[in-house]
This record gives sequence, C-alpha cells and structure tokens, in this order.
Amino acid sequence: MRFYEYESKRILAKAGIPLPKSQFCTTAEEARAAAAAIGGPVVVKSQVLSGGRMKAGGVKFADTPDEAAKHATDILVLPIQSLLPVGVLVEEKQQVVQEYYAAVTYDGRAKRPVIIFSDMGGIDIEEVAEQHPEHLSRTHFSALRPFSDYIAKSAVAGVGITGNDLTALTRIVAGLTRLFLERDLTLAEINPIGKLADGRIIALDCHADMEQEAQRQHLDLLKDLGLVGDEKRQARPPTDFEMEAERIDGADPRGVAGNLTEFDGDLGLIIGAGGGSLTLFDAVRDAGGRPANYCEIGGNPSVSKAANLTKLIISRPNVKKIAVMMNVVSNTRVDIVARGVVKGCIEAGFDPAQKIAIFRIPGSWEEEGFAILKKYGVPYVDRTVSMDEAARLAVENTKKA
Amino acid sequence: MSILVDENTTFIIQGITGREAVTMARECLDYGAKLLGGVTPGRKGRNVHGLPVEDTVRAFTESQRVDAAVVSVPPVGAADAVFEAIDAGIPLIVVVTERIPRKQVAQFVEYAQQKGVRLIGPNCLGVISPGKTRVGGIGGAAEATRRAFQPGKVGVMSRSGGMTVEIANSLSTAGLGVSTAVSIGGDAIIGSTYAELMPLFDADPQTEAIAIYSEPGGRAEYELADYMKASGSRKPIVAFMAGRFMDDMPGMRFGHAGTIVEGRADTATSKVANLAAAGITVAERIGDIPRLIQQGLEGK
Repeated sequence: MRFYEYESKRILAKAGIPLPKSQFCTTAEEARAAAAAIGGPVVVKSQVLSGGRMKAGGVKFADTPDEAAKHATDILVLPIQSLLPVGVLVEEKQQVVQEYYAAVTYDGRAKRPVIIFSDMGGIDIEEVAEQHPEHLSRTHFSALRPFSDYIAKSAVAGVGITGNDLTALTRIVAGLTRLFLERDLTLAEINPIGKLADGRIIALDCHADMEQEAQRQHLDLLKDLGLVGDEKRQARPPTDFEMEAERIDGADPRGVAGNLTEFDGDLGLIIGAGGGSLTLFDAVRDAGGRPANYCEIGGNPSVSKAANLTKLIISRPNVKKIAVMMNVVSNTRVDIVARGVVKGCIEAGFDPAQKIAIFRIPGSWEEEGFAILKKYGVPYVDRTVSMDEAARLAVENTKKA
Repeated sequence: MSILVDENTTFIIQGITGREAVTMARECLDYGAKLLGGVTPGRKGRNVHGLPVEDTVRAFTESQRVDAAVVSVPPVGAADAVFEAIDAGIPLIVVVTERIPRKQVAQFVEYAQQKGVRLIGPNCLGVISPGKTRVGGIGGAAEATRRAFQPGKVGVMSRSGGMTVEIANSLSTAGLGVSTAVSIGGDAIIGSTYAELMPLFDADPQTEAIAIYSEPGGRAEYELADYMKASGSRKPIVAFMAGRFMDDMPGMRFGHAGTIVEGRADTATSKVANLAAAGITVAERIGDIPRLIQQGLEGK
C-alpha cells in the first residue's frame, strides 16, 4: 500500500530522520492555524497519491497564515490526475542550497535490496540515471546479514560526497534503509533530501510503499497512522465498485476474485487468473473493445461468489455485456463458473444468452460446463479457439448489442 | 532429455497435509512422478495417499536420495521451509507458495545462491517434463495435464502458472509438444530467471525452440536479452508480453506481485523493443506462438 506524504513523514519521524515542521490539514481554517503555529513562510502541499502535483498547481508557497488558508482552499478542491487530495500538508519553508536523492528498493535482477543515491535530487531520477550516471550510485546489500551503516556510507560516498555532509547523509540513508527492512517496505524514497543554508540536512519530500502481503505484521504502525491493516491503496484510492468486489471476495473463502479495477467501457470482464487476465485485457483492447473492469478470478470460486461478481459487474449502467474468459484452467472447475455466471445474470434480471458475449474457459469439468451453457443458449468456445480470438468474438457480440 | 527434472527425479512435498498439497500429491502420483512423501511438523507417522509424512526434511534425506522439494507451506512458514530444505542438502527447491513478503524471498534466494541450490519460484506452479514427471501442481489432474502437455520439442518459461498451461496446450495442439515447461513465478524476486534457465535449454538436445510468457515489471527481459547477445544462443525464441495496457497506468498493480510499472524500463513497450533487438521474436497475440515457433524452426 502506498502512503500519503504526510503519513510517510510520520513514519520517517519515528525512525529519527530529521524533517521540517509540518501539519496535516483538511480545511482552510486548520491550514491557517498550522501556518500561524509554524510561524514564518510555509509551503502548502496537496496530499494525493498521483504524481506531478507541482506541475498541476498542487504545491504553493505562503508568507502569511491568510495566504496559507487561501492556497489550502484552492488546493483542497483541485484534482490532480483526476484525484482529489485527502488534505494538505502545511510545512515550514526551507532555504535549500543543495538537493539529494535517496531510495531503497528491491532489484529483481540482482535479487538483492539496493540503495540508490544521487547528489542531483529534486528531479526525475530516471533522467539522472540516463544523463548523469556519475551522479548516481547503486549499492546492493545482503538481505541475510544484519544491516551495517557502512553500506549507507558507501552509497553516499559513491557520488563523491565527504566531510560533514557524508556523516549527516549516511545517518539519514542508514535510517531509511533500516525502516525499509523493519517495516517490509517495497520502496522508501526521500526526494529531495535538502541541505539548508545553515548546514543542516533534512528530508523534504518522501514516499513509502508497504508490501500488501506484510501489512498484518505492521498493524501497530498502521493503527498509529489511523489506518486498518488490509487497506488496498495504490496509485489511487479504491472506488465503491472496487470496495464492493472486495467485500464479495472476502465473504466467501473459496476461490479468489481479486483486483477488481473499474474502467469506463461497456464490456464487463470476468477473467482470470493473474497472467490470463493481463493477456485477455490486452486482447479485448486490441480487438477494439472497451473494458468496463479488470479482474482476476481463479482458485475455484464457489457458484455464489461467481454469481455475486457477475451481478455486481452487469448491474453497472455502462455495461452492455460481459465476457467470461480464462486460460486453460487446472484447478478451477469450468462447470462451477458457468453455473455462477448464469445464475448471476438471471438474478440480476437478464437473459444469460443475451448478456454473456462469450464464455471461453477450457479445462477441468468443461463438458459439464458446456452443457449448462448450451442449455441457456450462452455462446461458448473451447480450447481450440485462442484467447485473442475469444476476445475478438466478445467485442464483436458487444458491438451488436 | 529434458531440463531440471526427468523420470528418475525423486522429491518430497513440504506442507503435504495441507488441502492443496494433498491434491497436488494425488495429481503427481497419478502422473507417475516419484513422490517419496512429505513433511508437516507434528504429523510424523501419518500418511498421504499411502506415502509417509515426517516431521523434518532430514528424516527423508538421511535415508534416501531426494532430488527435489516442493514447498507448499502457508506464507508465514514458507521461508523457514526453504531454509530447512537447503540445509538438508536438497539441490532443487520449487516454491509454490504465493504472498511471501519480498524481504523473506530475498533472504532465501540469497541463501540458495550461496549454497548452490537451484530454486524455482516462489509463486509458481512447478516444473513438468511431459511424459516423464512433474514436480508441482502444474496442469492439474493427471488426465488434464497429459492433454495440455504432450512430449515434444519446445521449452516453455512463464511468469504465470496458468499461462504456462495455456501456451503448452497450444503447442501440443499444434503438434510441436513440450520438452520441459517451467512456471518460474510471478514475484518481483524469483529463484531462477529466464536468463538463468536458458543455458539449460540451450544444452538440452530435446529442446529445439523456446516459448516465453512475460509481463511488465522488473528487468528479467533485459537480462535475457543480454544473455542472448553474449551466448550466441541459436535456438529460436518466441516471447509474448502481456499487460501492454498497464503502460498507461503507472503505479497500479495488476496480476502478480511483481507486475507493476515503476519506471520506463518496466513497461511492456520498452521490454518488447529490447527483446526484439536481441533477436527474439515477439508474438503480438498469444495465439500466434505455435505458428511463430514453427517458422523459427523452419528458418534455422
């Protein structure tokens, strides 16, 4: 799960990383009070999960509390990449003389955690990597041995930093790395770290992602932040439709109906599993179709789970038809899914023969499944028809509707 | 021949009394695999389909040759099970468990490297050399597995277990068949990548061509492209890249844990370009794979 900046900063503060004074606010009045309490110039920052907030006008400077309140009023209703902020962060403005970049993540190719450090902070780090590789260090380290500070020091020294700056930056990078390891983060990034006019070095903006699979081990931290453990939060918060899908999935332990993601097309998708879903979603788009949702179904869901998901998806007003498609399945029973989607259609008041654009799930119990589909007049194909051909048929049938 | 596993491969299942593992054991036995038994702490003396259950891995390795272990243990105990198998000296470990936190995966992958142990997965369905054996749940029931995986000349590597079966099925239907199929796992860190398995396929006389299924996220395709350039590998390879739609949705996770676009190099578009530059044929549609493999074989 991705944390907002103000949450990430609370996590960093607990790890002893120096930060500017700041206050999270949800109203203009709170922002005014926060600016007055901080005293002096402040920066008002939109709290959204999408990037590019500076360009979009989501970060503004204020010299007075009144000005801070005015900026907060504007920013609180300003969508950034179509997302509204959950609040603003009012933060002490800093005199920055030099910016650095530090991140800890896993490198799948090296199969190790890695510290990425640069003395060109504040800008797109991929651009630094491509155009100024000498200003960027990559320091891999062992996940098995206890973390040692010299690794952070090597990362900082790797771009030619020495003296007091090396000591101060090492402390920050080592703290960030320990936090990354202790809290099962998949990304811990400070960009920029700022060196101030008075010589102090502090974290100005940061970003943390916690592994979804490990959230339950960190309920203490999440509770401190006012969060529940199993919240699914990525580049944007979940929609009502997505929350309802999670509820249906959670209500019945049999099978998985995960990762329902809303789109605005007219073809509802009941597709699975992980890789099959990616392949089929592309195939629908390549055939000129407009998906109404993404999802991953597998692990042999019960009839009622498949039926409830079908109902949820076809009840959306923009959905003309649904396509039920998977790769050749081993563990999911074709007849159970067939029964579920037919039941879902009927319970929602639709004729399965009209509402299901195509059914393509080959695999175990397929004869029984195909018999059910035949009985209800649902168009289906077997394993001799490829996934992309099935997707093309689904799009064609939807266009006819 | 085949790679990793053949008709002589003996193996155990860690976590064998779990619901899914009991099914997997049945399916492996029905397929003719040399499954010796399994481990579940505190369950010594029981049996699964007539095979012994032991408390420890060593109880097996001390009395007989064990070529491989399948780890089918819930996420909280999975890393421990892998460490136990490594310390017991088992040379091939297939981790099917999904949702193991990345830090623990990094730890046991590093340990396996230190000890020279071949690790497949996590978050995979296992390995199959059709007609010889299977190690893991890949393909499901024995009958369904025989239908989808016919013995033949194409090696398969896939980040998706389900798509391993889909691709194998299309190769079998086309009469090409499969030499060995490896479900390598969908996590961000895995024990064996495409590039690490390629030398095995290159050295295997039964394998004449290779089909690869890939996804956005990670850098494994760059490693593969580098291997291709450095090794001069001549067997035709056809790769398919799913999840092209994700290029427009940075930061969103779809499919497997490792499938997330975090930077430009993670996108399907850059990976496709890189693979093509290394001489790998990239299939636009999943259904094109058998035809492109056939063309590759005829053109060599």
